[in-house]
Amino acid sequence: MNTATSVKTTRRGLLSALLRTVENFYLTIILVFLYIPIATMIVLSFNASKSRSVWGGFTLHWYAELFADAEIAAAFRNTLLIAVLSAVAATILGTAAAIGINAMKKLPRTICLGVTNIPMLNADIVTGISLMLAFIAFRISLGFQTILISHITFNVPYVILSVLPKLRQTSRSAYEAAQDLGATPRQAFFRVVMPDIRPGITSGFLLAFTMSLDDFIITHFTRGAGIDTLSTLIYSQVRRGVVPSMYALSTIIFGAVLVLLLLSNFLPRKKNAAA
Amino acid sequence: MKKNFRTRILVLLLAAASAFPTAACGSGTPQNGAASASDDGAAADGDNVLYVYNWGEYIGDGVVEQFEKETGIRVVYDTFQTNEEMYPIIEAGAIRYDVVCPSDYIIQKMIRNDMLYPIDWDKVPNISNIDEKYMKKSEAFDPGNRYSVPYCWGTIGILYNTSLVSPQDTPDSWNALWDEKYSDNILMLDSVRDTFMVAEKLLGYDVNTTDEKQLEACRDLLIRQKPLVQAYVVDQVRDKMIGGEAAMAMIYSGELLYVQECLEEAGSPYVLKYVIPKEGSNVWIDSWVIPKNARHKENAEKWLNFLCRAEIAKENFEYITYPTPNRAAFELLDPDIRNNREVFPDDADLEKCSVFEYLGTAGDELYDTMWNEVKAY
Amino acid sequence: MKTTMTIPSPGRKALAFPYILWMIGFTIIPLALIFVFGLTDRNGAFTLANVAAIARPDHAKALSRALLLSLVSTVICLLLAFPLCMILRGRRLGTGSFVVFIFILPMWMNFLLRTFAWQTLLEKKGVINGILGAMHLGSIRIINTPEAMIFGMVYNFLPFMVLPIYNTLCKIDDSLIDAAHDLGADFFQTLLRVFVPLCVPGIVSGITMVFVPALTTFVISDILGGGKILLIGNVIEGEFTRSSNWNLGAGLSLVLMVFILISMAALSFFDKNGEGTAF
Repeated sequence: MNTATSVKTTRRGLLSALLRTVENFYLTIILVFLYIPIATMIVLSFNASKSRSVWGGFTLHWYAELFADAEIAAAFRNTLLIAVLSAVAATILGTAAAIGINAMKKLPRTICLGVTNIPMLNADIVTGISLMLAFIAFRISLGFQTILISHITFNVPYVILSVLPKLRQTSRSAYEAAQDLGATPRQAFFRVVMPDIRPGITSGFLLAFTMSLDDFIITHFTRGAGIDTLSTLIYSQVRRGVVPSMYALSTIIFGAVLVLLLLSNFLPRKKNAAA
Repeated sequence: MKKNFRTRILVLLLAAASAFPTAACGSGTPQNGAASASDDGAAADGDNVLYVYNWGEYIGDGVVEQFEKETGIRVVYDTFQTNEEMYPIIEAGAIRYDVVCPSDYIIQKMIRNDMLYPIDWDKVPNISNIDEKYMKKSEAFDPGNRYSVPYCWGTIGILYNTSLVSPQDTPDSWNALWDEKYSDNILMLDSVRDTFMVAEKLLGYDVNTTDEKQLEACRDLLIRQKPLVQAYVVDQVRDKMIGGEAAMAMIYSGELLYVQECLEEAGSPYVLKYVIPKEGSNVWIDSWVIPKNARHKENAEKWLNFLCRAEIAKENFEYITYPTPNRAAFELLDPDIRNNREVFPDDADLEKCSVFEYLGTAGDELYDTMWNEVKAY
Repeated sequence: MKTTMTIPSPGRKALAFPYILWMIGFTIIPLALIFVFGLTDRNGAFTLANVAAIARPDHAKALSRALLLSLVSTVICLLLAFPLCMILRGRRLGTGSFVVFIFILPMWMNFLLRTFAWQTLLEKKGVINGILGAMHLGSIRIINTPEAMIFGMVYNFLPFMVLPIYNTLCKIDDSLIDAAHDLGADFFQTLLRVFVPLCVPGIVSGITMVFVPALTTFVISDILGGGKILLIGNVIEGEFTRSSNWNLGAGLSLVLMVFILISMAALSFFDKNGEGTAF
């Protein structure tokens, strides 16, 4: 009996080792699939030849070029500015809206949430086109401001949907207790409710910021001629030939994100969030 | 769990976000390229501004800066990629440009829709540098030369790779693009009028036909060709031909010098050559015009006069490499280039080349529908 | 729930007014304009022609091709993502692990550039063929085909499938699995009876997040299809930016919206609790 058990254990051990190998193989395949294009871009950013199919030797030329490229710099600035402004505006608008919606009766709340879902569920192309039609109908000239308005529009729902659950968890008794202790409703709100919903606001802001950075389709339809974000600039470059400096910029961004990720992972965390 | 995950991913995103400003500082060169459309507020700019709307990569390096320095006029410079993208913006007046550079048939459309200012030629004395020949050609779309200043011109032809096309197949006819030997080795332009022009020339039709039967025949011809076509592209033709992706491509003549320079730089083993097929082709002119809703007409005329100056036109040619209609600039060029018939075809080559005309809304729609049918096939 | 701030208060409700105004101005009215444009002709007269135009052979073909390709990509994403999430769950990494982020990190490179990188890789003289050629392994011919577009869709949208599924999988309590084992369920029974049903909300939101963008994309087909293979997104985009027949473009957008609504309704049938969350 003893031997039988041990044979069984060994077999199981073998089996699980085999399974683990298969699993690792699968993970590797997926990782390769995900990272091949990124590796390609990084390699191309160091390629002395402008052609994508010829390796012309190693160079840092495109990185130097990047810092002198006014077009990329302008697009980069626009992208950041729009992301920050739209995320801030969406956060203020969305947080206020979430508090308002939370105070509503069932029917108006359902309607509001339904409308909130529209930009999230609709296809980007339809959202972009509808906004473009509206701007032209309202005679708002297409440009920076229209991109900003569009980004705020598709960002607000993310903020609302991040803040609402936090509001629902906030206990009313604490709010009332604060008022019993002499706080004005305003004080009670900022001192008691605000700290509770702050994580929701933060995540809503970050989500909005990211969505704005990443957007191409809606910007494509609502931008005026002559103003580019990184996405729209890349789109026009894809048609007329990508400037290798763009690969250099992406490599820098990717490297920065990776480093930050490593730092945030391996530096001791202050709050030990239970995973 | 879910909540926690969300927080973590957002921490990552924030971390990443904070990386951006660092990079931004590095690339913080003064912005003069893409001016934002929010600059539109008129009065605030004063009068010494000029809103220019041009094709991408269609002006020499430093030309704008030189104009600014000489005249003290601040230039707000924007670019577009296709005539079709530019037109509604001028029409809606969403942004009020002072000077624009469309192609022939669009200029005709703008004239017909009363969207252009007649140019005061006394303010543009350098117009005398432009070859009479091109002023005459312009009359096809701008009768009496009232509205437009020719800037660049060119033809459409076949660019072929001598190492991929065997000598006996050297193209001299559009038929070469239907040769099954070169299946998956042919690039066509993703541009309605240009691509239909090829079929029209092959079938012996007028390039401005709006006859439905004829267009259907063209459509069917293009559908027959489709299995052989590797891709329908516009500006990517250059990269793909340089990379040896395809043997033959439809291309605008002005790309030739650029493509050849790139090949030389890369030390490529093969050569790319350009031919205008014997059936004829399209010859086009891009000209500067002043839209009716321009607010700085005088500055626009200074701009036109500046661009017509021989040295400036030469500088532009050297950057853009599309043939210049500027006689004075032409004479400043290297004899090698002047005599390059691929770049500057002579009159005999152009004999069978026709100019596009505006077809009206119904005509445009007919072409679009037919083209969609080709592409969706 | 009983203790939440649900007592209606006029002051606090007013905080939603700016938002309501904003959404009326920039969501409701714009959508209404799509209806207006889609149901009128150039002269502003009512017509159904723009919507009926979906039956034109070129449009119908573009739509059916988009439906097919997006369905295939969604299924492939699901088939790739589910085992991946199961493996990651088995590693007990939790939801915040570095390893998990490795799988979504590529999303931080611009989506257009990543897709363009695939063009570089898949081209006839591209990187992959270069490597294959150097090893005398022949060559692949995939660029400018529907397969290349599926490739691009799967690549771009896979993380959207991984995230929600992994999220829901991590929520499944281990004791449930132990209970299933104790009751004699083998691996596949556990998988089918425990994991998959509990994972439905994640799967549903994953499917939504892959299917809708894949159905409506025009970028992927542009970059990997060589302009030869039109999807409905390309047709609509073209009507707005090139042909400038906005009425037709809006009419086709209406049809597209109907297809999205139908698929949403079908999906919500499976996810009755509406628990599916993307993030």
